[in-house]
Amino acid sequence: MTTTQPSTTPPASEAQGNRIPWQRLALWATVIFTVFFSLGPPIWELLTSIKTNAAITADSVVYLPAFDQFTAEHYIQLFTRNRFHIYILNSLFVAIVSTVLCLGIGSPAAYALARLQIPGERIVLTGVMGVTLFPYILLFLGLLRLVQFAGLANNYLALIIPYTAINMPLTILVMRSFFQQLPKDLEDSAKVDGYNVVQMLWQIILPMTLPALVTTGILAFIFAWNEFIFALTFITRESMKTIPVAAAQLGGTSLFEVPYGPLAAATIIGTLPLVLLVLFFQRKIVQGLTAGSVKG
Amino acid sequence: MTQDYIRQRERRTGWYLTLPAIFVLLLVYAYPIIWAFISSLFTENLSTNLEQEFSGVENYVRLALDGRFWNSLWNTAVFTVASLIIELVLGLGIALTLDQAFRGRGFVRTAAILPWALPTALIALAWRWIFNDQFGVWNDMLMNWFHIISEPISWLGDPTWAMVAVIAADAWKTTSFVAILLLAGLQSISQDLYEAHAIDGASPWQSFRQITLPLIMPQILIAMLFRFALAFGIFDLVLVMTGGGPGGATEMVSLYIYDTVMRYLDFGYGAALVVVTFLILITVVAIAGLGISKIRTATGEESS
Amino acid sequence: MSTLELKNLTKAYSRQVVPVKELNLNVEKNEFLTLVGPSGCGKSTILRMIAGLEQVTDGEILINGRNVNPLPPKERNIAMVFQSYALYPHMTVYENIASGLKLRKMPAGEIQKRIQDASQVLGLDALMDRRPSKLSGGQRQRVALGRALVREPDAFLLDEPLSNLDALLREQVRADLKQIFERQKSPVVYVTHDQTEAMTLSTKVAVLSDGYLQQLGAPNDIYKTPANKFVAGFIGSPQMNLIDVEQVGGAVLLGDFKIHLPAAAQSERTVVLGIRPEHVRLPEDGDTQTIRGNVFLVENLGMSDLVSLRVHGDENLVIRALIPADATWEREDLELALPLQSIHWFRTETGARIE
Repeated sequence: MTTTQPSTTPPASEAQGNRIPWQRLALWATVIFTVFFSLGPPIWELLTSIKTNAAITADSVVYLPAFDQFTAEHYIQLFTRNRFHIYILNSLFVAIVSTVLCLGIGSPAAYALARLQIPGERIVLTGVMGVTLFPYILLFLGLLRLVQFAGLANNYLALIIPYTAINMPLTILVMRSFFQQLPKDLEDSAKVDGYNVVQMLWQIILPMTLPALVTTGILAFIFAWNEFIFALTFITRESMKTIPVAAAQLGGTSLFEVPYGPLAAATIIGTLPLVLLVLFFQRKIVQGLTAGSVKG
Repeated sequence: MTQDYIRQRERRTGWYLTLPAIFVLLLVYAYPIIWAFISSLFTENLSTNLEQEFSGVENYVRLALDGRFWNSLWNTAVFTVASLIIELVLGLGIALTLDQAFRGRGFVRTAAILPWALPTALIALAWRWIFNDQFGVWNDMLMNWFHIISEPISWLGDPTWAMVAVIAADAWKTTSFVAILLLAGLQSISQDLYEAHAIDGASPWQSFRQITLPLIMPQILIAMLFRFALAFGIFDLVLVMTGGGPGGATEMVSLYIYDTVMRYLDFGYGAALVVVTFLILITVVAIAGLGISKIRTATGEESS
Repeated sequence: MSTLELKNLTKAYSRQVVPVKELNLNVEKNEFLTLVGPSGCGKSTILRMIAGLEQVTDGEILINGRNVNPLPPKERNIAMVFQSYALYPHMTVYENIASGLKLRKMPAGEIQKRIQDASQVLGLDALMDRRPSKLSGGQRQRVALGRALVREPDAFLLDEPLSNLDALLREQVRADLKQIFERQKSPVVYVTHDQTEAMTLSTKVAVLSDGYLQQLGAPNDIYKTPANKFVAGFIGSPQMNLIDVEQVGGAVLLGDFKIHLPAAAQSERTVVLGIRPEHVRLPEDGDTQTIRGNVFLVENLGMSDLVSLRVHGDENLVIRALIPADATWEREDLELALPLQSIHWFRTETGARIE
């Protein structure tokens, strides 16, 4: 725990031990600001999603719905009229498959880059890191043509492959730094025992890197779930759409009736799994991100 | 000298393990870019009945004269610079102040990660709702809580305000995330350095300038580099929030490319746009990269 | 024919860095060879080359007459015990020991039998279902041993297996190790920097320094007839007294005292005189060669005292002697005998022994 103030304090310190009061004040002000700032919009959406339409469009903004302004109708509508559960399943499918694929292809590569000296290692690493800077719009065009050419429109492969590739650099970098920290003795012992590289990876090393796999997996999942451009363009069949796309396209049927209620409900549903993920794994997520970026 | 059997075996296995990853990466990253370069030399749109006809640098000439492109580039530049500065300053400020021990740290971190983790498209919807001129909560707060304005502002209907709104939404999404990253970097600086500096007679501000800043500079620069690349290619947020409007006031390069391809089916020209955008990005990154390595050698350390 | 041969074994990382230089060594059935030397002498590198974990730069390694240079570790039929034990943390003790056998597709019944036998010898029965994290250091070491024993390999390789144990445990495990491997037929190659382990465990000791083999022989031979100054100073605790002396007419001077120079050394102008502290003793009748000096340091080692004495006539000359604790002697002007037959003579420039 570091401070930006020296720990030798001027004589004006108060009862709070060694801390200058205003520093603590600034801390709590910032904490409050950060929390409200970050949670504000999602909470507002949550509130909107449970308010009646009348409350939503009331002349003076209703902050906390009164008792008679609560409703679950927007959620109900999502599942009955719009069959939102289908979109949830679609998103889950794409996210999970691309995550598994990414880990499955990226981990062996990360191991090779960590322990085995392959020729061109520098180039591969620089390439992997550089590639993270590409805006997706640049890939979009070429991939569009690829999709058209291979007839992959409305095929989940058109999403899974790009997602796998886009998550690959972070996976490789994080897993590589993890592998480098494993004690070499275990690998030596495995070699003497009789494991070949693939067996060693699968039976010995990967079980030991479970935490790193979870971290990377979560990050890959988050990205796949949230992705928009490709999901919007490559999947046009209604029943196959993923959540972000389906939610964004809710309503807009008539110029004046934007279904704010259901829209808000859709937003909440679309973000709920991620909120849960973040809640449970926030420490791992930060670890993964800092490992990936600090390494740069 | 005998052969190095071990190294040979390692090499071979290493290649097998890496090949699938390299293949996927090349397919998704290299192919589109290369394809864009090639394709930009052809004209392929409705007027050619979607057949490719070689046209050399015609697309690039058109690009140079394309007002809408330059407008989108300008918008992108404004957006990128503004959001980068805001996110850096705010993020650093938050990180610095949070760099102390306090209870509930995990909770704050969770809250701070949330904006980044949520789907941009859906968040854009939320912000659109917040900035709504009639029912938006932001207008309401400005009018009735802070009493700054007396009439609701049409955020998304006004060219300037729309840009502000978009920048604000992006800042919301990213500031906390930048703060968390920088915080991790701050916490890796040993307390001893500050104590020694203080004993030498340094004030907090001097400590900040001479110890903190140089030591987290690598993190800052790298974070900024990534942020720049992302901001440059911003798409989801703007598409859903404003669709590029009103009247192209928030149209970013990415949106223009998307429109060119999907709405006008002008593939050859779209490819040229992609190429130019790519080159601009590469140039800026290269310059920044050089700058970073210069600063790195100046601080005389290897960050990790 | 269970032998291990190293022929002209060399390891070079670069022109300057050559940790192992043209080593020639044999280990036969039932032999226990220890590679001993200070850190950096190349002993671990040699072991790793035998295992196949390190690539041979030049020379050959033959196991049972077969050149194993191109073979990966798993095809060499060797078993290794690592200094850190290297147990797989996510497997139980049983699974750890069985892993090598399972990979070689041994039938389950055979695996069980072998593990049971090893477990009896090592006392692992109660630990079979535990994970390594729940074992003490000594227990982990036994599991590592078990893993090697069940393989019944053509050679056992042990890399400083006792280094991570505390002193008390080390002694006990040393005794266990000796008994266990006495019953094994396959040759054992043991690496350590501790010369006590080398002397007590081995049938043959190879003293290494800076990549070269200094001496190869039975522990007793190495102790009694060290081939050069390095071996003399490295083997034996407390360390041998090694003194540079000049010849003065057929004898050498230790301070004020003359020590007779043997015939073979008469042609040297300067020599190195060596005598172990345990051979420097209080004078008895008939002792002709003695020195006198003032004691400035006494270290109590239990049964004996390690006495450091400044020899009269040369204030820089210190001789150490191991004197029984119950003996009586005076600190000032103490007389000590240097029996002729216990003195070793070495050449000054090369350090080689003078016979």
